Amino acid sequence: MNTFDSIIIGAGPAGLKAADTLANFNRKVLLIDTDAKIGGKLNLWDRLFPDFSSSQELLNQLSKNINNENVTLKLNTNIISIKNNDNHWMATDSNGNTFYATTMIIATGFDVFDAHRKEEYGYGIYKNVITSVDLEKILSGEVSIETPSKVAFIQCVGSRDEKVGNNFCSKNCCICAVKQTIELKEKFPLTDIYCFYMDLRMFGQSYEELYRRSQQDYGVNFVRGRVSEISPTMDNKVVLKAEDTLLSRPLKLTADLVVLMVGMEASKGTKILGNQLNINNTDGFVKSTDRYLSDSETTLKGLFVTGTSKRQMSIPETMNDAVNAAVIVNNFLNTL
Amino acid sequence: MISFGFSLNTSRTIDIDADNFDKCHSLINHVPSYKRCIGCGGCAATCSAQQHSQFNILKCNLLFRRGEYDTLSNELDKCMLCGKCLLVCPRNVNTRAMIISMRNLLKTK
Amino acid sequence: MHKRYWNNYQKEIAEDHYFYARSCIRQTFFSGSETAFLKMMTDELGKDIFDDSRQHTCTGIGYHSDIIPLETISTVIARLFSLMTEMGYENFVPSCITSFGILTEITELWHHRPDLLEKTRELLYKATKREFNVPKNIAHPCDIIYKFREDLKKNMKYQLVNKDTGEPLKIVEHIGCHYAKAFPDRGVGGAEFPHVLVGMIESWGGSVIDYPERRHCCGFGFRNYLVQANRGYSLSNSNKKLESMAPYEPDFIVANCPGCTMFLDRWQYTVAEMEGITYDKHGHGIPVLTYEEMAGLLLGYNPWELGLQIHQIQCEPLLDKIGIAYSPEDKYKDAYGKQLFPPQKPNNLIV
Repeated sequence: MNTFDSIIIGAGPAGLKAADTLANFNRKVLLIDTDAKIGGKLNLWDRLFPDFSSSQELLNQLSKNINNENVTLKLNTNIISIKNNDNHWMATDSNGNTFYATTMIIATGFDVFDAHRKEEYGYGIYKNVITSVDLEKILSGEVSIETPSKVAFIQCVGSRDEKVGNNFCSKNCCICAVKQTIELKEKFPLTDIYCFYMDLRMFGQSYEELYRRSQQDYGVNFVRGRVSEISPTMDNKVVLKAEDTLLSRPLKLTADLVVLMVGMEASKGTKILGNQLNINNTDGFVKSTDRYLSDSETTLKGLFVTGTSKRQMSIPETMNDAVNAAVIVNNFLNTL
Repeated sequence: MISFGFSLNTSRTIDIDADNFDKCHSLINHVPSYKRCIGCGGCAATCSAQQHSQFNILKCNLLFRRGEYDTLSNELDKCMLCGKCLLVCPRNVNTRAMIISMRNLLKTK
Repeated sequence: MHKRYWNNYQKEIAEDHYFYARSCIRQTFFSGSETAFLKMMTDELGKDIFDDSRQHTCTGIGYHSDIIPLETISTVIARLFSLMTEMGYENFVPSCITSFGILTEITELWHHRPDLLEKTRELLYKATKREFNVPKNIAHPCDIIYKFREDLKKNMKYQLVNKDTGEPLKIVEHIGCHYAKAFPDRGVGGAEFPHVLVGMIESWGGSVIDYPERRHCCGFGFRNYLVQANRGYSLSNSNKKLESMAPYEPDFIVANCPGCTMFLDRWQYTVAEMEGITYDKHGHGIPVLTYEEMAGLLLGYNPWELGLQIHQIQCEPLLDKIGIAYSPEDKYKDAYGKQLFPPQKPNNLIV
């Protein structure tokens, strides 16, 4: 029987940091991911807000930290069911392999909102409508484009939107857009950038300052109003319609590139496991026992949750939360 | 031409594509802090002129930003340049210089 | 990248045995369309469709002008359904898009509020001694033509192709608000990119124009038109839409709603006479067809029997483009072959 102190499902920032911390407590950890490489959604971003640090460098560091005899890494492994049997947790993958441990940590994280679902924005229909994730490839240089003359960013795509069943704020998109407008402006200084927002929520340390700099140093234009629809023009650009809510007048803008700031939904894995164990909220994220006093625990003994499987978090928040979960798990193991 | 008793309405749409931003760019050169406005409306709330007239400094600011200059020159004359707005602006925009600069720019062709 | 959520959505459309309800305004404005549809159903497709002479309004125009109470509309609809029930039909086909919207809305309301359905049964019985069943299927004629577009194509003599260049005709399609905006799942392809007219156009050889104001209002909007003082709104909306499509040089516009077809057509006259603006290079305007007229022309039906001479924008340039034969001398003859006075000519619009 493969027995570990803890199985961590999901090798994104939360899973990696939790594995690293537990390994430092000399606990035997099995870290599982369905993907072929570690890092999860961190792989989708090139540089991170608000300090433009490299995601790859962070990932390399996280990868180094788990490279020790206490951590067993299993990639390409899709866990389809979790069960508790006689105070042991079992995780079974799609090939029928079962892994056993005393505790289990869900770190299955989030999925990026599928922008096709907002049909009125034309993602997948007009080639110059892209998502914030697609833009990262342009910013990193992996994909090259011609200098655009006008670019529009649209906030809250798949967030704060009852029409797609997501009432929540994804909280990271506002600052991510500010980061991306600055990077785009550095790449294409002559490009005019318009950012359409409902509210700008600069909740984190130095976020507001970055927003201020995007206006002051980069001349990014912010328009308060939600874009209602996007349609094509004859010369293969797109027209955006919005309300300039501060002027109470409709506004029209033709852009060569539109960036949809896609939100964070509970990932498919989070939803499946949460449903199976009956520990999820209506929005699909996993519910902790008490967000003030026991935010890493679930209602099931020995089952813990961390990172964006619970709710939208930034990367530093996720990793702090993972350290917290690892400490709680270690304490739990000590009591046995 | 026939009169039908009704006519085409003029469009209320702000057309960014009209690209009428020369004056706005000059304003930014004169008053760089203008770029920092976040549209909070603190300036308008404290404005003495707004208490007794239709003058709205925030609206003037936004219309100028969108290149909609047509109705502005009459509006801007209502400002008494008292500078109360300078005191409240959280982004430290030089609102008085902004108004004076807008007035001057609207006089130029 | 080419995933569209609603694109492949198909609503349920009955196969056969339809009870047809005509439209108040379509019979006047597009007088040949309904007859052409019935002819297609029976002669081309061999379907059973019943056109009841006792039918009446759905109250649509009154309803959307806020002068008909809900109980009244509900009971009037119930009477239409009672005619259907009496004649042994279960599939209701309303010619007008607003009727379609109203029938959909009322049956949906009954579904959620069985007490209102009971009340309606009671009111109808008290007033007329009639009883009714709720239809099993409500489909608009455009749904049915869409469903059988490939079957109709087999009988078509022409295609939506320019006979001189061999290029597909460039067509603007416009969907009525009451088709899928209230209930996206009652329209083929949903509400954002409805596929019902697109499907016909593409099957029959044409190409669809995707232009900036594709989803903008046609300009009808009931009370925006009904009160003269408001007509500027209506006109301005049509103008915005027509201005936006004009650079694409559409060969014609096709719509599935009487209001859209009517206003996109007639307002072109008004704008031409008011402002001197026409939306094509030659001053003829852009023809506006119903989907039955489009299908009828391709099936080789006589344009004058289809009622195309009654449109404001005249169709001859379009007929010539497709290569449809017609006799100019028959244009203003009545059903008995008697020559009628030709209509007056506008000053600016070339007819």
